[in-house]
Amino acid sequence: MNTPTKTQYLLLFLDTPTPHAPAPEEMQVIMGKWMTWLKGLKDEGIYVGGNRLEDGKKVVRGVKFTDGPYVESKEIIGGYIVVNAASMAEAEKVAKGCPGLEYGGSVEVRPMYPPSL
Amino acid sequence: MKPPIPSNPQAAAPHSGVPGVVDHLFRRESGRLVAILARRFGGDRLRVAEDAIQDALLRAMQIWPFQGIPENPSAWILRVACHRALDHVRHDQVGRGKIPQLEALAEDCLAASSGEATPRFEGEIRDSQLRMMFACCHPGLSVESQIALTLKVLCGFGEREIAAAFLEGESAIAKRLVRARQFLREQKVAVELPPVEELRCRVDAVLQALYLLFNEGYKASHGDSLLRRDLCEDAIRLGELLVAHRLGDRPSTHALLALMYFNAARLPARTGVDGGSLRLSEQERALWDMELARKGSVHLAASAVGNELTRFHLEAGIAACHALAANNGATDWERILSLYDSLIALHPSPIVALNRAVALARVRGPAKGLDSLASMPGRASIEGYYLLHVVEGQLWLDAGEPAKATVSLRKAHALAVVEPERRELERRLTEAQA
Repeated sequence: MNTPTKTQYLLLFLDTPTPHAPAPEEMQVIMGKWMTWLKGLKDEGIYVGGNRLEDGKKVVRGVKFTDGPYVESKEIIGGYIVVNAASMAEAEKVAKGCPGLEYGGSVEVRPMYPPSL
Repeated sequence: MKPPIPSNPQAAAPHSGVPGVVDHLFRRESGRLVAILARRFGGDRLRVAEDAIQDALLRAMQIWPFQGIPENPSAWILRVACHRALDHVRHDQVGRGKIPQLEALAEDCLAASSGEATPRFEGEIRDSQLRMMFACCHPGLSVESQIALTLKVLCGFGEREIAAAFLEGESAIAKRLVRARQFLREQKVAVELPPVEELRCRVDAVLQALYLLFNEGYKASHGDSLLRRDLCEDAIRLGELLVAHRLGDRPSTHALLALMYFNAARLPARTGVDGGSLRLSEQERALWDMELARKGSVHLAASAVGNELTRFHLEAGIAACHALAANNGATDWERILSLYDSLIALHPSPIVALNRAVALARVRGPAKGLDSLASMPGRASIEGYYLLHVVEGQLWLDAGEPAKATVSLRKAHALAVVEPERRELERRLTEAQA
């Protein structure tokens, strides 16, 4: 899995909550797009790992626990994947394939420190 | 479950193709599982069941791409939905009494999720759907509401899909559903089989709703062809569910199923390459699905019991004449005409009169058909219906009056909404003017 010559990038999926959930058929279509996308990344050896995140959350600041406020935007982090990429530009290219982009979501791309440094 | 109507090879493949997941799984599961959950909550709290299933599907959509598809997807969805419903009722005085039942259901799901669903589990889903069908088709609801509710609750359609099938606005459908749920809540309609004294009228209401649901899918005049096909499949599926139960196993139910199967048998051939609906004589009979026609015959035979003669019997008889004729020339138009005569006596309507005129023209010539159209009662109410003018145009052509045919076909062309039908009418206009 670990390709030493390549840096790993964290792709954070930011969802914009919508008031109405899609119809069941539409949900299945969306799921299909995600499955196809992730399978492609796995087949090409780009995918390192990832998951969806549960909705529940707490923000910890100093010793105080709060339920908010969070980062000013209405977007919430819905999930993440870690990918192998040679450069930021290549990682961005991977992010552009994310199906969430078609549904009002966005992807934050962050380089990770290589383990050896 | 195998869909009752095999998919049309000419139609575009559905876009929901997901490896490892059957087509329409989410929609199908939504329809099955809302019923099983609503049965425990009662029809008055339908929304809780619907929301729980919706949440569960949303979760599946998000998690399965990362964690893979569970061994028994239905049980997974239902178990998650049970937990959502439990979260809901814990905060709710009235609902708290449902907790033991929901916990037991969640347990069942856990047991089922390790492998294939048990027959008991599947049996309970079928039973719940049947009860839900009676609740959705409650005679206190308008027929439009019954159909919208059936599509939403039992077939898993979204509001936008229902709106597209009925050529109505999404917000109109949403309002209709809100009012329908409100009725079930206020009347405390239980998700139960109707009492014996109401049985006949309640079964009739369900049959009427299924009949309209099927026709909505069958008529080729508007909408998305794949969606329409799904409506036909669902109407047949629900009809089979009804007939399989002793309460629904009535001659009229068999007659409706026969009617739907005979017409469904002709579906693959009903649209030409460009999607325009075709005249019967131009349909490719080799494309007709004889397996469906055979099922139609079985139900038609089963419908001929007792002395009840419904419009479904007569319409099934007509559909059988078309579907079972060896070729267009062998169609028994005499019999079709006599069935239409009985139908118009039992259920007079301008649409029936229009269809009867076609049969009359076949038996006694185009002039008789045109006469009957000119003098039919209630003609004004279908003057804006393009098929009236299509039929008149064709009969004028057959009568050797191309000028009059052109006038009728131009009217039809101005009234037709769907592009393929307009093209088809342009083709006929050229034919008339040649």
